[in-house]
Amino acid sequence: MPSPIAETLAVVLLVATLACAVARPRGWPEAVFAVPAAVLLLALGVLPLSQAGAEARSLAPTVGFLAAVLVLADMCDRYGLFEAAGTWMATGSRGRPVTLLALVFVVASVVTAVLGLDATVLLLTPVVLTTVARLRLRAKPHAYACTHLANSASLLLPVSNLTNLLAFRASGLSFARFGAIMALPWLAAIAVEWVVLRRFFVTDLVGRSETEVATPLRIPVFASAVVALTLVGFFVASVLHVNPAFAALGGAVTLAVPALVRRRAKLRDIGLSLDVPFLTFVLALGLVVKAVSLHGLSSLVVHLVPNGTSLGSLLLVAAVAAVLANLINNLPAVLLLLPAAAAAGPGVVLAVLIGVNAGPNLTYVGSLATLLWRRVLRKRGEDLPTSEFLRLGVVTVPPVLLTSTVALWASLRLVG
Amino acid sequence: MIQPVRAVVWLVEGTWQGCLDAAAKILPRDAQVALLHVTPSDVGEITEAATTGLLGRASRAHRSTGHFEEVADEEASEILQAAAKRLGRENTELVHRRGRVEREVVSAVADGVDLLVVARDGDRSRLGPHSLGHPTRFIVDHAPCPVLLVWPDEAPGIESIPPPPPGHHPRPNGPHRESP
Repeated sequence: MPSPIAETLAVVLLVATLACAVARPRGWPEAVFAVPAAVLLLALGVLPLSQAGAEARSLAPTVGFLAAVLVLADMCDRYGLFEAAGTWMATGSRGRPVTLLALVFVVASVVTAVLGLDATVLLLTPVVLTTVARLRLRAKPHAYACTHLANSASLLLPVSNLTNLLAFRASGLSFARFGAIMALPWLAAIAVEWVVLRRFFVTDLVGRSETEVATPLRIPVFASAVVALTLVGFFVASVLHVNPAFAALGGAVTLAVPALVRRRAKLRDIGLSLDVPFLTFVLALGLVVKAVSLHGLSSLVVHLVPNGTSLGSLLLVAAVAAVLANLINNLPAVLLLLPAAAAAGPGVVLAVLIGVNAGPNLTYVGSLATLLWRRVLRKRGEDLPTSEFLRLGVVTVPPVLLTSTVALWASLRLVG
Repeated sequence: MIQPVRAVVWLVEGTWQGCLDAAAKILPRDAQVALLHVTPSDVGEITEAATTGLLGRASRAHRSTGHFEEVADEEASEILQAAAKRLGRENTELVHRRGRVEREVVSAVADGVDLLVVARDGDRSRLGPHSLGHPTRFIVDHAPCPVLLVWPDEAPGIESIPPPPPGHHPRPNGPHRESP
């Protein structure tokens, strides 16, 4: 097939896959649309079988790592870790909304870093919201803190975000080195979010809770210990040159087996927490993006991604990545940018991550998808989201990108 | 015969007690008072946006708000009950709505209400045009009835007003006179 036609077809199928993943006609899982797109590209020869095989082989360990982290986080939920965090925040806040926000920041940043952004959005946020409601305080600043930090506090470790897991392999960095370099950018992002949110929601952080915290704090010691050991395991594995995915697997199994034995969870629950449709979607999307970058787009991307780790080029890389993440969503954005970034070195890969992780706070879904998603909401007769999250995005994302990238630049010089 | 005053008091987490006390001081004994609480719908929308942004997780996304709406409804009715008790008057109506807060409040006073009582929220450390929260500002701008803006606690003294900017010289006394 001539290259321009192949390229057009691949791009059309990528956009269609993303559109369907957001609109989800008939409520089907996203993989239902991504898999046929990948198969079609294979069948038409747009994506040669050998290339597809190589891409699948390189994605497989990442998908396995992701699966282990998903189960680990879900098990923590079943052992009551997030509930305990909720009680801890409620008690620790002493009813003061600003103190509560600070504790939400601490918990959301740590949960995102260690258990990944999925855990923050899907498991921690509901707990935070009910905690705030029970305290009879206003929920909005805390809801935004969770959704924002799920993105911007996902810079620290390879496990913090799927984008990081994808970049981790491509970067050639060890787990420990990744964390050491990203510690400063991570702290910078959290600090900027704090300053901006504290100011933005000053009118909502008022009053004092008049309710008593009803539930006593019971920390699930076993689950906490397993998570802590898993974290240590990541670093030990990286020192021993073992894939840190095994540490995640170890943690997940250590929590899952007693849960199964004591009937805290059924085998089916663990199957569900593995989220096979999601894992399939990631693989299929990887193949579709591979087809797109094979036919000419990769050379375009190489031009977009400057070489070198001067402050200027790191800032440019982060900005390009953030724009792309906001155009098409950060998952395909990172897949598109990675080959060129990896060739330019680990510093550039990490700058891409700052862009694709912190960038989505501007539109969350990516703007193409946002347009579509608004139509879906309107059809369902639901209210459109306020301009508020756009306004908040505009005042947080650029300073987060700037300070985190400057921190990365400094970190690369300090840690090397 | 003079109809009793119909008043709506909008209660929000964090400021409702002060707002209610201020209203009680001002409203005549025979006023028909409706206590209004609105549970915001946009909190759910924020979390829905965040989960939609996580491409591919549709099968788990339904969890994202959990029991928040139920708990928020329960707590809203608790607040209204507690407020009615604190006010301690007969003829008090309790109104619980859900939706875009500012629009719900304005529509709750659209029909023949004489007075809407609203607590100032906002940043007490720097009073000024931006020190009202967005919903409050919207309500002040759009409510079709008189709005009474009360301090939820002690009103700040006028010494909290910053000195005029340099170069600003208002005439020392008397009304401004046009020069011929």
